[in-house]
Amino acid sequence: MTTAIFISLLTSAIRLATPLLLAALAGVYSERSGVVNIALEGIMTSGAFFSIWFTHVTGSAWLGVSMGIAFGIVTSSLLAVIAVNLKGNQVIAGTAINLLVTAVVAFLLEIIWHRSGSTPTAPAMLTTNPLKFLEGIPFLGTFFSQLTPFVYIAFLMVGVTFFVLWKTPWGLHVRAVGEHPRAADTVGINVYRTRWICVLISGALAGLAGATLSLGTVGLFREGMVAGKGFIALAALVFGKWHPIKTMYACMFFGLFSAFNILAQSFGVDAPTEFLAMIPYVATILVLIGVVGKAQAPKADGEPYEKDEK
Amino acid sequence: MKGKLRYLWSVTKLPIVAVAFGFIVGAVCIAVTGNNPLVAYMALFKGSLGSIPSIGETMYKVTPILFTGLAAAISFRCGLFNIGAEGQYVVATVATVAVAWFGQGLPRLVLLPLILIAGFCAGGLWGSIAGLLKAKRGINEVISTIMLNWIALYIANYMVRVPLSTNVLAGLPPEGHSVIIPNVAKLTKLKEMVPSFGYSSAHTGIFIALAAAGVMWYILFKTTIGYEIRTVGLNASAAEYGGISKAKNTILAMFLSGGLAGLGGAVQITGLVFMVNQSPALPGYGFTGLSVALVGCTHPLGVIPSALLFGILENGSRQMQLAGIPSEITSIISGVILVFIAGSLILKLAGDRLKSFGKNPVADTGKEGA
Repeated sequence: MTTAIFISLLTSAIRLATPLLLAALAGVYSERSGVVNIALEGIMTSGAFFSIWFTHVTGSAWLGVSMGIAFGIVTSSLLAVIAVNLKGNQVIAGTAINLLVTAVVAFLLEIIWHRSGSTPTAPAMLTTNPLKFLEGIPFLGTFFSQLTPFVYIAFLMVGVTFFVLWKTPWGLHVRAVGEHPRAADTVGINVYRTRWICVLISGALAGLAGATLSLGTVGLFREGMVAGKGFIALAALVFGKWHPIKTMYACMFFGLFSAFNILAQSFGVDAPTEFLAMIPYVATILVLIGVVGKAQAPKADGEPYEKDEK
Repeated sequence: MKGKLRYLWSVTKLPIVAVAFGFIVGAVCIAVTGNNPLVAYMALFKGSLGSIPSIGETMYKVTPILFTGLAAAISFRCGLFNIGAEGQYVVATVATVAVAWFGQGLPRLVLLPLILIAGFCAGGLWGSIAGLLKAKRGINEVISTIMLNWIALYIANYMVRVPLSTNVLAGLPPEGHSVIIPNVAKLTKLKEMVPSFGYSSAHTGIFIALAAAGVMWYILFKTTIGYEIRTVGLNASAAEYGGISKAKNTILAMFLSGGLAGLGGAVQITGLVFMVNQSPALPGYGFTGLSVALVGCTHPLGVIPSALLFGILENGSRQMQLAGIPSEITSIISGVILVFIAGSLILKLAGDRLKSFGKNPVADTGKEGA
């Protein structure tokens, strides 16, 4: 009995951590290159909505996911234009994008389905374990059976991100651009192009994170379904010191807190649902109180780079 | 005088072009739905300014966003980005209902000010949590205020469902909205004073909001408190060097900012809603407030015309909807305006003294109010 509860807690923790993890990795790319990505929330909304829309249009959930990613990239390019080329305030730009995406999505809901609030349920979803053979493993089988394709992709991306940013020359360039863009520029690294690429990768991952929320759970898009997860991912990024592997632990930690709801119910904890729903947000603040002083952001994070600055 | 006008133009140029751009993008979206943009905009303006009652409707739409706009403006002036006006507003609405309910035996002249002060303080304290976290632990206020928004929403939902529910107070099962505040705690409707306001729900709260804008202008530009807040916003290290505490002013600015959002909540409850409903989502006034503040050049008096514009959009959107155009167009217009301001596109085309605006929204404060 307790094993069953433990496994269900663990799987829901991992499933809840997955969108956070993808969004936080999105943050790793853009912030390591020096662009603060407050727009994660909006890009996730965009990914969640467009992946559902195109699943409706094409009937294939995977085509839906790829369009979610594509529209994540489109949304993030707006951030790239403002942050890199126009050297605007990145926090305002991110907030503006969040608001704009919310409005555009509500508008599209209205003109496509003539309804507000949520889309109809998509004809296909990605909520089942793709690797059936893992379910044959004794004991761990039940654990694997509850995972979605997104879980595997997200954890794979942790390794990929670590490899790309820490083990390749281009990754070194990215981190140099985020720490000291002028020095990077001096040695011939194209700061603008590096930041553009990182913001677009960030958009792809955050779009995927959005698809995880919609196609990977309920199979529909609901307004407000992102519910601050883009910002929790930013907190996980700080907690994980802008490092993909540490960020993964941070996301697991937040996932566990979100799954606490299930644990509380299993043990018959009689707390008002509002307080249980509050847990991830309170945990985020408590974690930040604990770590922020010590966490060091990339030095040029949030600073626009002026090429010909004296 | 001419110099002043030129300065005014240099400051307002960006928001004006941004607003124009927003309307152009909005027109494209309207055309996409197969409607005539001109007809739609006619409906929008006629619906919000066409008659005295519709002007009244616009006035009550303006009221809460004028407060949250002021809240955002004052935080910008201290170099802070308060996205938490939502939560501060929500917390204050609960405090308002609680004070109004439990203080209903008091005379109106005592109760109403008490309610407004309670709303101000509730919002202010909620805001100063983020200020404290920023000042003492260096936690980015963008993340902390977003988290506090959701926490506020869930606290409010709980308070409304259980301790402040009519049924629970009467010993029955809980329900979806709070107690309704007593008549003695309600603000006067404008139509009771001027009958031509007709069907409009406009209330005297708009005057409280305008007064708050005046007071904020005075505090920011005519007192030491405001001077210190602005100095921290312009250059925190220089301020510290000159003996102005960054920590103290961060907390104070967040208290004032939250307080204004909270006052907005208190006025909305006492003037219009009279209770708090359970809600799955945040009301959105705080986010509109950010746009209001930026279009208003983060100036307490600039916020007034800016709030009017967003009030017109919000009220007029219903008229557009009646004309068969999705009301979300107006949210798209405000989103585009904000994106435009964030990029300060126009400044890249024509550089001027506002150049620093895009980089730091609090940096263009030098001359105003002087």
